[in-house]
Amino acid sequence: MRQVIQVTSNNRLFGILVPIISVLLGLIVGAIIMVISGHNPIEGYIALWNGAFYDAFTIGETIRRITPLILTGLAIAFAFRTGLFNIGAEGQVIVGWLAAVWIGLVVDAPMIIHLPLAVLAGALAGGLWGFIPGLLKAKLGVHEVIVTIMMNYIAMFVSNEIVRSVLTDHNTSTEKIAATASLGSEWLQALTFYSRLHYGILIALFAAVVMWFIIDRTTVGYELKAVGFNRHASKYAGMNVSKNIILSMVISGAFAGLAGVMEGLGTYGNVSVISGFTNLGFDGIAVALLGANNPLGVILAAILFGVLKEGAGEMPSAGVPTELVDIIIAIIIFFVASSYIIRWALTRFKKEGK
Amino acid sequence: MLDILASIVPTVLFFSAPLILTALGGVFSERSGVINIGLEGLMVIGAFVGIVFNLTFADVFGGLTPWISILVAMIAGALFSSIHAIASVSFRADQTVSGVAINMLALGVGVYLTKVWYEKGQTDMVAEPFNSQNIPVLSEIPIIGPIFFQGVYVTSYVAIIIAFIAWFVLYKTAFGLRLRAVGEHPMAADTNGINVYKMRYIAVILSGALGGLGGSVFALTIVSNFSHATIVGQGFMSLAAVIFGKWHPLGAMGAALFFGFAQSLSIVSSGIPVLEDIPQVFLLIAPYVLTILALAGFIGRADAPRANGIPYIKGSR
Repeated sequence: MRQVIQVTSNNRLFGILVPIISVLLGLIVGAIIMVISGHNPIEGYIALWNGAFYDAFTIGETIRRITPLILTGLAIAFAFRTGLFNIGAEGQVIVGWLAAVWIGLVVDAPMIIHLPLAVLAGALAGGLWGFIPGLLKAKLGVHEVIVTIMMNYIAMFVSNEIVRSVLTDHNTSTEKIAATASLGSEWLQALTFYSRLHYGILIALFAAVVMWFIIDRTTVGYELKAVGFNRHASKYAGMNVSKNIILSMVISGAFAGLAGVMEGLGTYGNVSVISGFTNLGFDGIAVALLGANNPLGVILAAILFGVLKEGAGEMPSAGVPTELVDIIIAIIIFFVASSYIIRWALTRFKKEGK
Repeated sequence: MLDILASIVPTVLFFSAPLILTALGGVFSERSGVINIGLEGLMVIGAFVGIVFNLTFADVFGGLTPWISILVAMIAGALFSSIHAIASVSFRADQTVSGVAINMLALGVGVYLTKVWYEKGQTDMVAEPFNSQNIPVLSEIPIIGPIFFQGVYVTSYVAIIIAFIAWFVLYKTAFGLRLRAVGEHPMAADTNGINVYKMRYIAVILSGALGGLGGSVFALTIVSNFSHATIVGQGFMSLAAVIFGKWHPLGAMGAALFFGFAQSLSIVSSGIPVLEDIPQVFLLIAPYVLTILALAGFIGRADAPRANGIPYIKGSR
């Protein structure tokens, strides 16, 4: 955790150089892997580029892919700012998705009420899923990492059970939500050759502004950050540390819940039984780290990872399995996390130069 | 009653063995002060290497293949976990982040190579998996024999024996004392001449070996092939067992057995009158809910090793 915070607070130049170097190293390692496994890395990366930017349709799909990543990235970045590691974004995504679709299915109301209600339900569900580990951390000192991991699995199994037994009669996915709860936009779809692009991107960008505003412009945000830097000093200064920890986890969970809303009300329009995680939550960790926990950084990092993930779909055309992108992302995380060594190398490099 | 036990116990042992092995790996790593969220990824690598080795060399080694496969998987797990060791011990990376990256990397590498080598998303079924068997002599014992030693996998007992070895190593040897010291108070250990970095490297690499072993045992007893969906959560469940077992090898084994029991219940419960009525979802979430309760102190207090998760920086106070 200390490392993570250092990334945000240290020297500005290093703050920008470390992510850029990490991304380049990740892409280079990816190229080396392609060479070793007998593929042409240039063809591979061209395929990746085409997979993300070939025409209006792929660009639409790429933006769709970026949308939830921005939100899970914000979720994890927000918790990091308070010194908390919310590894449970995954579970919060699942419950947010479920709750939003649930409201989308059962409520009958005009769009102006129905859509905000469904979006809110998803955010609340995610917030609730963050509240539990927050409460346990604040009141009993239980480490949030373990609790949130466990909450991920509870979310998955409970959501599956609800889809199977409550929302449907033993089916594996629900009906489509009512049109009044959909984020779908004919205008955006028509603009992008009928991709699944939806209005959610506006919500995601707005959420980034909200995070910036809370963290940098409000007393609440100041207290959250203070608690993240030094819990004891904050307590001594008269801040309510427990309240701030819980609040941070709830807000973080709400962001992640919104990421689920994007999938539920935007991309898919229903919720299905899942056998494994969506990985949106785990990818969010990568986004937050690379984005140095700041909202603008998160947007940029989400764009990068969204492009990589969407572009990966086209890589098999060059014979390269899509998983190469997962390897590249993992390596980028390693380098960002090990920024101590990059910093050390840069400092050495500078000294040698003098 | 005897029939029910004779059907449940081997199933429990069957499901628990990989969890026990991986959880022991977690115990070593966390006792030395390095959080290992990467257990899941280490299991993935173990499962992948175990299956690929088995498929490739089944003709050469015949009946010995599964045993050699799990040994090779152990070595692969150890090598793979050294990435986590380098990042979290030497490069002072956030250990949780590095663990998350290990999980992504392992699955990426495993599925990538599967696609490159087999040209599809999953491998073929292995020809030489572990098979259940009656253990000679012991299975003849009345009552105990049918329950514990008939139709079981030898690997289950290997796991239990390794748990006792791990307990002996951690609590009865100088090495174990040093390892625990490094996890509780690295500076004091350093002052006493213990090489903190070396101990942590050894512990993390041991956790990789055991995680790889656990993953390969899982693959070669339960699923028999490798795909992206071979290991889904078993590593995290092992991590839960580490905590539920209070970072003690035998505690972790007990927890893993209990989680194995919960898993097997969701499979065999249809035959058992009382359990039939419990909705499956409760059995599925039981391990995770119990772990949270244990952490919250409702089931005895679970305290992590003091220095768990904190990189040691020589000379800092």
